Amino acid sequence: MSSSLSPIISVHNLVKRFGLKTILRGLNFEVEKGEFVALLGPNGAGKTTFLRILASLSRPAAGRVTVSGFSLPSQAAAVRRLIGVVSHLPLLYGDLTAEENLRFYARMYSIPNPDARINDVLDVVGLTARRRDLVRTYSRGMQQRLAIGRAVLHDPEIMLFDEPFTGLDQDACAMLGDVLREVAARSRTVVMTSHDLSRAADLASRFDVISRGIITASAHSQDMDTDLLLSFYRDAIGAK
Amino acid sequence: MSTAAGKSQISIRRSFSEYARAVWAILWKDLAAELRGREMLSAMLVFALLVILIFNFALELDAKTRTSVTSGVLWVTFAFAGTLGLNRSMAMEKDRGCLDGLLLTPVDRSAIYFGKALSNLAFMLIVEVIVLPVYSILYNTNLFNPGLIMVILLGSIGYVGVGTLLASMAVQTRTRDILLPILLFPVVLPVLIAAVKASSGFLQSIPMSEIWPWLNILIVYDIIFIAVAFMVFDFIVEE
Repeated sequence: MSSSLSPIISVHNLVKRFGLKTILRGLNFEVEKGEFVALLGPNGAGKTTFLRILASLSRPAAGRVTVSGFSLPSQAAAVRRLIGVVSHLPLLYGDLTAEENLRFYARMYSIPNPDARINDVLDVVGLTARRRDLVRTYSRGMQQRLAIGRAVLHDPEIMLFDEPFTGLDQDACAMLGDVLREVAARSRTVVMTSHDLSRAADLASRFDVISRGIITASAHSQDMDTDLLLSFYRDAIGAK
Repeated sequence: MSTAAGKSQISIRRSFSEYARAVWAILWKDLAAELRGREMLSAMLVFALLVILIFNFALELDAKTRTSVTSGVLWVTFAFAGTLGLNRSMAMEKDRGCLDGLLLTPVDRSAIYFGKALSNLAFMLIVEVIVLPVYSILYNTNLFNPGLIMVILLGSIGYVGVGTLLASMAVQTRTRDILLPILLFPVVLPVLIAAVKASSGFLQSIPMSEIWPWLNILIVYDIIFIAVAFMVFDFIVEE
């Protein structure tokens, strides 16, 4: 279905409304395979809503969205096989152990040879020693690392990160940054929303700014350090 | 031609096996989590036992009226305890974002509905299995009647079938605890009336010809609402 010439994610004139309020107003967006795109923008700009539409958790009111050649929402099940999502909530069950959580998701994704895959994933996120502990006994940083493990369990082509650093302390952020880098390095396409410009500058290869429901600016990381990114961001959102 | 038909059969079998695996995974996950936390079952059980205890002291029934009110008291108890369980079961999914985790998996979303409905049914049946002997002792009434047990099973399937669907709707709102009973009780009224009448019929040894219409209502209601839930669950859980 997918072609190396066409973008892996393609969005045209996307509109999303909640009641009378319009959140996305004709948003256009494209991502090439292997890109790491940071979506920046103020609160309420529509970043999370946009990511939820890409993840097939929300239906667009108008516009065309294709992921790896599959249309949303009509081919949502095929899209869900290709994406892994990490949000600021862990999407994990506190009364199950890390291993049980991953086993549950392995069954839901029909992953062949789940034991080996679970071992690999726990190793990548550095939680092998705590695999039999209940998730509710984990720190916030450990839960977030396990959330990344859950998201990459089915080896998705595309990763969607929605504010993954929210609520983490400095050490946990640094550790999570390393895990994200490792996950992205395996030739995956990544779209990440973030308020943290320095983390975004550190990880992403492209920066898109959403403001008032549309992409207002886009830049590549080779042109940017954190200071330049800050001034680019301020210009894009029209801040003084 | 036969090869194509064979491939299509294999594909259907694989899809069904993935579907069944997803339903089983959700049931297993809910039972395992409840075995650890025991939040839902203990709340449902304590509530159910308190309700039958309060009715026992409040009504002060003689032997004759006791038989006639038994089915009503039992179904009020099951309905209230069931609502607690339904609320808790969906809140557990919503609070840590786990509902999104489920919706992100590539399974047909009706499999999520059936998995949750089966686990809710299991919790409701566990509570009923414990409540029945306690009720029998407190009210000095023999409830070990195969007909009554069949009615309880059919009534619980209908209650949980509709309840799981409406709980998935209510959990998206801020007032979910209040909203679920307001949505659920009017819709589930036919099940409760039919279940009370049929239970009462079996307990008072009324002829089967008079009980059958109520059993038919229960069976038809179960089939219709489970079919409706199967069709609309996807639209209810998506934004």
